[in-house]
Amino acid sequence: MATSAAQRFGRRLASSVPRRRFSSSAAAAAATGGSAVQRTQNPSLNLCSAINQALHIALDTDPRSYVFGEDVSFGGVFRCTVGLADRFGKGRVFNTPLCEQGIVGFGIGLAAMGNRAVAEIQFADYIFPAFDQIVNEAAKFRYRSGNQFNCGGLTIRAPYGAVGHGGHYHSQSPEAFFCHVPGIKVVIPRSPSQAKGLLLSCIRDPNPIVFFEPKWLYRLAVEEVPEHDYTLPLSEAEVIREGTDITLVGWGAQLSVMEEACLDAENDGISCELIDLKTLLPWDKETVEASVRKTGRLLLL
Amino acid sequence: MALSRAASSPSRAALLKPLAAAISSSLFRRPISTDTTPITVETSVPFTAHRCEAPSRTVETTAEELVGFFRTMALMRRAEIAADSLYKAKLIRGFCHLYDGQEAVAIGMEAAITKKDCIITAYRDHCIYLGRGGTLLEVFAELMGRQAGCSKGKGGSMHFYKKDAGFYGGHGIVGAQIPLGIGLAFAQKYKKDESVSFALYGDGAANQGQLFEALNMAALWDLPAILVCENNHYGMGTAEWRAAKSPAYYKRGDYVPGLKVDGMDALAVKQACKFAKEHALKNGPIILEMDTYRYHGHSMSDPGSTYRTRDEISGVRQERDPIERIRKLVLSLDLATEKELKDIEKEVRKEVDDAIAQAKESPMPDPSELFTNVYVKGYGVESFGADRKEVRAVLP
Repeated sequence: MATSAAQRFGRRLASSVPRRRFSSSAAAAAATGGSAVQRTQNPSLNLCSAINQALHIALDTDPRSYVFGEDVSFGGVFRCTVGLADRFGKGRVFNTPLCEQGIVGFGIGLAAMGNRAVAEIQFADYIFPAFDQIVNEAAKFRYRSGNQFNCGGLTIRAPYGAVGHGGHYHSQSPEAFFCHVPGIKVVIPRSPSQAKGLLLSCIRDPNPIVFFEPKWLYRLAVEEVPEHDYTLPLSEAEVIREGTDITLVGWGAQLSVMEEACLDAENDGISCELIDLKTLLPWDKETVEASVRKTGRLLLL
Repeated sequence: MALSRAASSPSRAALLKPLAAAISSSLFRRPISTDTTPITVETSVPFTAHRCEAPSRTVETTAEELVGFFRTMALMRRAEIAADSLYKAKLIRGFCHLYDGQEAVAIGMEAAITKKDCIITAYRDHCIYLGRGGTLLEVFAELMGRQAGCSKGKGGSMHFYKKDAGFYGGHGIVGAQIPLGIGLAFAQKYKKDESVSFALYGDGAANQGQLFEALNMAALWDLPAILVCENNHYGMGTAEWRAAKSPAYYKRGDYVPGLKVDGMDALAVKQACKFAKEHALKNGPIILEMDTYRYHGHSMSDPGSTYRTRDEISGVRQERDPIERIRKLVLSLDLATEKELKDIEKEVRKEVDDAIAQAKESPMPDPSELFTNVYVKGYGVESFGADRKEVRAVLP
């Protein structure tokens, strides 16, 4: 219990202020390698600003990296790509026409030539024209060429998830479709500091990755995010709340709801262990297994 | 008639003069709502053709049709403006893409075709739905997500459908409706009932691969399909020249003939659609590019002024507004007075307000509707407890 109290350090619930804060201290400590100096003075950022920062760093550190997609040049419909075109030029941050299949295919080609291609699909609902390119071209490229070629530099970013008013085509959560495709990775962050570290890892990972960003949290989630360049490990789940009675596994926006549910359950005397999967494919079986051995029950949400 | 009656009763001779004067000014002129004597009008600009002979600039119309155009376009315009206010009042949620400025395309197309012909379009569909015979109540109720809506409140702004009038919607994913439209045309060819399909899309969708796949299929099989590019020059916030190497969308079909039309001139649209229907029934697919403009932004969350100047918008409104064009035509041909047209606008405003009031009364769909119409016969999902025996439930 003492550890979970420490994990909740600095976190306030979304009761008085319409914001969700996440267990920032654990993430920040891990990211900085435990350095005490970074504990203070980290600016508070929301999710889209954290992603923006990650993209700035990615483009800064690798001159052969590119960001492209529909409307990214002016900053994007969610403002995640603000300032990139001004800073890095229209040759590296540019708009594509309205053609998702073309965007991803183009990204695969760019990555096959050794570049880091960060393709944006404006809403995850629109990713389906590109599904063939992702599943059939990107995922199998390394395997079918006997490791001669690969498109590891490709990262596809897409905002996903329901927001309440999105309707049929601005709310979908299609991550499950991609979780059955060997050859790609699927990563979903739960909070701003996680998003920055995970996105940088994804961009630098030598495999094609689909990175879903919970759009509901773009403005709503605010926490302290370290300003420097840091990555978070992929395929490592994180236990964000320790418990003894039941293991809950989730990812992305759902975790904020689950955290509240855990608190409610605690009032009923149930101690929940909450795990953020972070990388859905390939997922961290060991952490989940260890937790279920302890609690004996598993609930996936 | 009244004149002869007045003349035959000499006891009312004193009333004859002012009566006659009143009668001659109103009754002697042709009654505007039913006159069908043909009138010929020239379109604003000639048509530009690609791989076909452009139709003539001279369009035949009637007083009834012109006044009808005015009335319906005024209705559409008023409905869209009302939708804008409802959205700002948070009675309409989600997405709302308004069609004001583009009414001439909807109305001109309807004038050239029948309800047996099919129309399929993207998400800017409110006015096309009205043109196909939809009622204002159904429009506003659907926008507000109520049961009285055309899709029972389950579709929303982007998903209006009208089966009995051959309106196949209403689609949110850009470009996805084009191959559907080609499929409709294929079915019509089998039916052999001289009907055609109009598949509408925008300048943004013109860069989608599926358009070219559909064009190839339609041309290969000689389908009675008319692809209509409603070119309002901006794909969301991107100007056409930024997104397309060739913004001559009527030529993009390459081997498929095309026609460029002034989409703000309802009569030009009518002429082009008539021509296209005849062409498609004989020779297979044709592309119509409607040069049109939307006054609102892409949707209600887009102010519409960050990627174009207000001068441009007001310039188009002054020079090319479709309703003003018809108004000037009607007045210059003396088919109605200014006052009569203003009365029509007032009537239309009242109709819209009444429909909104009625739509507000309609209830939201029952929560059980979340699970209906997913499959043909209910969702039928079974849910089990841990032992799969004790606890069972079937979702509605």
